[in-house]
Amino acid sequence: MEVAEEAAGCSLRPFSCEQGLLSRPDGSATFVQGDTSVLAGLYGPAEVKGSRESPDGATVEVLLRPKVGLPGVAERSREQLLRRTFEAVLLGSLHPRTSITVVLQVLSDAGSLLACCLNAACMGLLDAGLPLSSLFCGVTCALDPHGDIILDPTARQEQEAHAVLTFAIDSAQRKVLATTTRGSCSAEEAGLPAPRPISGRGGVAAATRAGSGL
Amino acid sequence: VGAPRPQRSPRREGPGLLGPCCGAAPLRTVEPLEYYRRFLKENCRPDGRELGEFRATTVNIGSITTADGSALVKLGNTTVICGVKAELAAPALDSANKGYIVPNVELPSLCSTRFRSGPPGEEAQAASQFIADVIENSQIIAKEDLCIADGKLAWVLYCDIICLDYDGNILDASTFALLAALKNVQLPSVTINEETGLSEVNLKQKNPLVIRKHPVATSFAIFDDTLLIVDPTAEEEDLATGTVTVVTDEDDRLCSVHKPGGSPLTGAKLQDCISRAITRHKEVKKLIDKVIKSIKPK
Repeated sequence: MEVAEEAAGCSLRPFSCEQGLLSRPDGSATFVQGDTSVLAGLYGPAEVKGSRESPDGATVEVLLRPKVGLPGVAERSREQLLRRTFEAVLLGSLHPRTSITVVLQVLSDAGSLLACCLNAACMGLLDAGLPLSSLFCGVTCALDPHGDIILDPTARQEQEAHAVLTFAIDSAQRKVLATTTRGSCSAEEAGLPAPRPISGRGGVAAATRAGSGL
Repeated sequence: VGAPRPQRSPRREGPGLLGPCCGAAPLRTVEPLEYYRRFLKENCRPDGRELGEFRATTVNIGSITTADGSALVKLGNTTVICGVKAELAAPALDSANKGYIVPNVELPSLCSTRFRSGPPGEEAQAASQFIADVIENSQIIAKEDLCIADGKLAWVLYCDIICLDYDGNILDASTFALLAALKNVQLPSVTINEETGLSEVNLKQKNPLVIRKHPVATSFAIFDDTLLIVDPTAEEEDLATGTVTVVTDEDDRLCSVHKPGGSPLTGAKLQDCISRAITRHKEVKKLIDKVIKSIKPK
């Protein structure tokens, strides 16, 4: 298991990752951030059923299993976000008429769950040896009532924050692949005004810095 | 089985169908992306709109008399109707002073050939979750306002959003329809009889809901990883490499920045989206106010 050291300028919980732990899937990885952990299993490129076959590229399917209960509408919405993120980085045109299935199992949820899913899936994609145009990472920022940005928040910090933003950032150009927010915040707090230098405040800037650390 | 590619592009005549002159099938069917690129190069779209221009938005409030509140929104050809039904229920044990708002977005097979009849598909479920998030993030209605008696009785608002005609940009239309329908809702006053403990509903005396915030969604489609176009049609959504939806409220606060994967964007591009969303909010708010004013009180 690889344990990472803390990079300068960002305070994430200790995170670690292990690849190749399952024998059946083509690729597997587990990603642990603090107390949150997600297990990813990948199958692909594999056979795809007739109607879902695409002659242009691979069909990506994502299944997100919560820790307890059956997957509901919230899981479907996250599956859509994850699927479109993977489709953006996977070189699917190299494997037309195939399917790539990503199964994510939540092992424990202590905050920053979506970011952990993104990271586990990225490690799993690497383990499966699938062609990617870039790597990506998931980072969650919480804006607490004082206006400070907390990276990789715990469940308690997420609840107390007035906004929680999750970003998926690609490794090639440090651009935002996916974003989803909870709660409301002003545009400045989200850190989107562009001319700010990378050392400036703001959710996106902080997430990009954390992304470089990951 | 593909048609032969047209050899010359008639730049003098501007972008358009190349059908009759080269004996090839119309470009729009054979190479839709190339067809669109020619328009985008001239900074416009096949339906004549600018890249930052919305389709004509019309809203009709109160058309469903059996519902407590309703609204029909047309964004170009995309038609969405929202009906709100209020019922009584006991509040949850851990939040005894809060009512419920339950949104549901339906994309029936009526609205487009891409949807089959049966259980809701991924797009409908993702849209339902998006609307639920918008309600939660923007605090459009304070759930405490829906409570009648702490721990005993509260209102449940079932918001059914049904798409009648799918031509892209379902999230914007649904959010707008929901907002307009909630503004139209009239709740009967309910009192709890002290002696019997039963609730008495007075249908003659109705009060409107208190709408605290007015969230408005603005969607963009990303073309070729760089160009952002506002209010995509169904054809444009199919050709796009990604979508972004920004929800703002009247204080220019961001209620949601929803970018479910797709081409990566820089922070600057996201900022452009937010500025456009803030402008769009003002247009939509004016429209809603005009419609509400025009309704004669019952």
